[in-house]
Amino acid sequence: MFGLEVEGAIFVVVFSLLAYAIVKFRQRKGDDDLEPPQIYGSNQMELAWTVLPVLIVVVLFLSTAQVIHRVQDAKRPADAIQVTVVGHQFWWEYRYEQYGFVAANELHVPVSDPQHPTPTYLALLSADVDHSFWVPRLAGKTDLIPNHPNSMWIDPQETGLFLGQCAQYCGTQHAKMLIRVYVQSRPDFDRWVHEQQQPAVADPSVAAGRALFQAKLCFVCHTIRGTLAMGKVGPDLTHLMSRDTIGSGSVPNTPGNLRQWIRNPGTFKPGSLMPPQDLTDQQLDQIAAYLETLR
Amino acid sequence: MSAAPVDISATEGAWKLPSRGRVGMLCLILAESAIFAIFIAAYIFYIGKSLSGPAPRQILTVPIFTSIGLWLSSFTIHGAVSALAKGKRALFAGLWFITLALGATFIAGTAREWRHLIYDQGFTIQTNLFGTTYYALVGLHASHVIIGLIALSVVMIFALFGKVKPEHHERCEILSLYWHFVDVVWIVVFIVVYGLS
Amino acid sequence: MASESMPLALHRNPLSVVYEWLATVDHKKIGIMYIVYALLFLVVMGIEAILMRIQLAHANSTFLSPQVFNRLFTLHGTTGIFFVAMPILFGFGNYLVPLMIGARDMAFPRLNAFSFWMTAFGGFLLYGSVFAGGAISQGGSAPDVGWFAYAPLTSPAFSPGHSTDFWTLSLLVAGVGSIGAAVNFVATILSMRCKGMTLGRMPLFSWMNLVMGGLVLVTISPLTAAQIMLMVDRYIGGHFFDTDAGGSVVMWMHFFWIFGHPEVYVLIIPCFGFVSEIIPVFSRKAMFGYPAMVAATVSIGFVSLGVWAHHMFTVGMPSYGNAFFVLTTMVVAVPTGIKIFNWLATMWGGKIRFATPMLFCVAFLFQFLIGGLTGIMLATAPFDWQLGNSYFVVAHFHYIIVGGILFTIFAAFYYWFPKMTGRMLDETLGKWHFWLFVIGFHLTFDFMHIPGLLGMPRRVYTYEAGRGWETWNMISSIGAAVQAVAILIFVYNMIRSYFKGAPAGNDPWDAWTLEWATTSPPPHYNFAMVPAVQSRRPLWDIKHPEDPDWRYE
Repeated sequence: MFGLEVEGAIFVVVFSLLAYAIVKFRQRKGDDDLEPPQIYGSNQMELAWTVLPVLIVVVLFLSTAQVIHRVQDAKRPADAIQVTVVGHQFWWEYRYEQYGFVAANELHVPVSDPQHPTPTYLALLSADVDHSFWVPRLAGKTDLIPNHPNSMWIDPQETGLFLGQCAQYCGTQHAKMLIRVYVQSRPDFDRWVHEQQQPAVADPSVAAGRALFQAKLCFVCHTIRGTLAMGKVGPDLTHLMSRDTIGSGSVPNTPGNLRQWIRNPGTFKPGSLMPPQDLTDQQLDQIAAYLETLR
Repeated sequence: MSAAPVDISATEGAWKLPSRGRVGMLCLILAESAIFAIFIAAYIFYIGKSLSGPAPRQILTVPIFTSIGLWLSSFTIHGAVSALAKGKRALFAGLWFITLALGATFIAGTAREWRHLIYDQGFTIQTNLFGTTYYALVGLHASHVIIGLIALSVVMIFALFGKVKPEHHERCEILSLYWHFVDVVWIVVFIVVYGLS
Repeated sequence: MASESMPLALHRNPLSVVYEWLATVDHKKIGIMYIVYALLFLVVMGIEAILMRIQLAHANSTFLSPQVFNRLFTLHGTTGIFFVAMPILFGFGNYLVPLMIGARDMAFPRLNAFSFWMTAFGGFLLYGSVFAGGAISQGGSAPDVGWFAYAPLTSPAFSPGHSTDFWTLSLLVAGVGSIGAAVNFVATILSMRCKGMTLGRMPLFSWMNLVMGGLVLVTISPLTAAQIMLMVDRYIGGHFFDTDAGGSVVMWMHFFWIFGHPEVYVLIIPCFGFVSEIIPVFSRKAMFGYPAMVAATVSIGFVSLGVWAHHMFTVGMPSYGNAFFVLTTMVVAVPTGIKIFNWLATMWGGKIRFATPMLFCVAFLFQFLIGGLTGIMLATAPFDWQLGNSYFVVAHFHYIIVGGILFTIFAAFYYWFPKMTGRMLDETLGKWHFWLFVIGFHLTFDFMHIPGLLGMPRRVYTYEAGRGWETWNMISSIGAAVQAVAILIFVYNMIRSYFKGAPAGNDPWDAWTLEWATTSPPPHYNFAMVPAVQSRRPLWDIKHPEDPDWRYE
């Protein structure tokens, strides 16, 4: 977009004229006391500096309208991936309906080949207040607004990890509602999908922890597919250990952090909607051990 | 001290500026119109969007008589102010009183309508989007009518004590501008609430 | 009347002085009260800013909790718009407009006092929330929903307690005060001009206040309406913004920005008035293109009513909706640019004196140009999709509000303080104030654009290390400290000069409008004889009887 060049030119011209004026027309020592010639106006100048800006505006507007149309009204290719993003206070839910699973806090998408584009279309919903999905290196932001579904697309042409965060103030922990987008090669993406589609690992050695997960009411908020836990308030934990972070990107996913998070999320994210858990050390160990099997 | 900048005799003839009371009242009317416009926009936007509950045509009865009364009161207040300007103080007081009565009847009618809706039909501001926007909009208008009635009553009391004289006709006229505004708003609200939906 | 400029408490009962000020309906006293009130809140707002900048100077800082930070930015924005910028501009307008149009007071003196006290009470109510948290059970504390209080964050579900209600009620009350003040400005300017002063001969500052007044009437009211709706939702179970009942939270955004955008023009237009009075006097030339300036201002007033959804480009409006607001926003830049060119043309060929008022006006011209250009960038919706709600936007609007509005307010102080007090502000201290503030301003706000470009959203109490934001945030924070020092110098200058400044006389700047035709400060009746005028510069006509303006207008 050449809008920036136009603006740059305007800046240089006006700035130079201003700078020139304050230097050239300073009152100097030894100047007489007479007032300078009083010029009241000039219709030609007013016309000139009205018409020229109007023309600039027309040009800028037309080129902007074209870009808006290209982005918002883009034709969706048949091979596009579809993910529904649901914004929560203060985490991201990613529903891969076409693949039949729900993930949280990490968005995995396949890299797109310009010859055969496979962009990812994101349907944007909110479970509570306004949020905004912004990963600067992938796309502009679009808001998630309750009762007002939105849609955006990303078309990443390089693999890698792309960082972003919520861009609409949504409450106490707006600042730590981070976004992690993993753009992967097609084989890697397919492998990730396959892993996510599996129900939770059922390791008998952590049966105590699994039982506590029910007894301590964790299931009220969290889902672990393949168990009775079907809570929708908090992130899906079925493949918790496949993620690099917890707390929506704000805390590295290590055993120590996981343990501390369960005990009291407020140590990392004060204002998080998950309350501190009333657990003895042994119970905490058992639950953490259980969660650590959920690859 | 201060200096007179220019020889006064050098400036042209009579110097006529609009009356500040009139300008002030028109400014107030402009601001109030903007408030009403927002409530009307919300009402119109939410037409048909209630998820449940009664729709306007199911539950509203058109208050045609009290509305006509309110609109007629614009004519009576106009007549009252003209009468005062011409020095006909008894006629002024009579027409002013009729204006007051018509306005009060309108409010009484609204109160009756609401009593029926709330107590008999259980339809409140909490019922649905229609309930919220209806009571807010009609209530905003009614509150403006009540304020107008209070102002009219004050003048009425002064008139009964013989304090309102022909030289006050302009002030009464400025007050009547407010009353006309309230009536015009009711035309719009009436059409939107009882006509559109 | 030198005794009028001395503190009266020396020979009067202090209680009667207090009563005089509390009960006054004199536009000059009310003007001064507005200004002093605004200065107090400017300091409060500055402290809030300093606290936030300390928190943001480092990544992962724990200096402030998120709850406190979120309240700070809410209070900072709300205070800045409603309890600093609006009152200070109403204050200058109140003081100067009657003098400039040759009137003895505003059209409605009692309404004037009432409006001031309503605005003042609003501010006290808002800050009452800071202290009320513990005292009232369930009272909550200061509001933390951001100054634009988006639904449904403000619904009872997400903002329990009363903190949001403090925001709503304090602004409702202040809004009543603003509308009252606007009614007064419009009525005064239309109905109280002295003989010979047609609308085409009014000082431009008067024109600006007229347009500002008209704009306030149609822009504060939508906010009032929206806040009534919010109260209906929060208190009596209404559903205006209740998505569970099918309500729309986007509607709040529309209503808020229908207020919010014209509001920033309400703030800048009187500042254009300051500049239009000061630049001609210090360039020793008449304002270039007076009719064009009037036309441009009136157009800005009207067009500004149609640009609001450029604050909502990311909300998901259809492409033609976004395009419409791109167009209107770019269009409003045209009359704004015209004004810059006319100021430039006024200076061109002049004999510019760089006293402190002119320094601030020249800085304004450069800074407003830059702020306007970043505004056009943001008006380009695709850019806004990246930069909206980021620190780029914060930098842009502070460029306009601080670099534009506050700089011209400083200019106005240095220019009219002599008229209000009878004493000159110290020029040396003024230059220190100016240069320090320029350095601090640019340190803070130039570099603030960069974190925005690098992806830092606004309203975040902290940020991760490794995003490349730390250095720029640190520089911004240092700039804030420099600005604070400059403000302290300014406050010291005002206090010292009030008692010890050089006597000003009627007309220290050799200016041309009517306020300089009376004493400094003016007597409470303003003019012994109500003047009559024949041109836009009555005092020029007196000083140059061989070449008066009315020959050329």
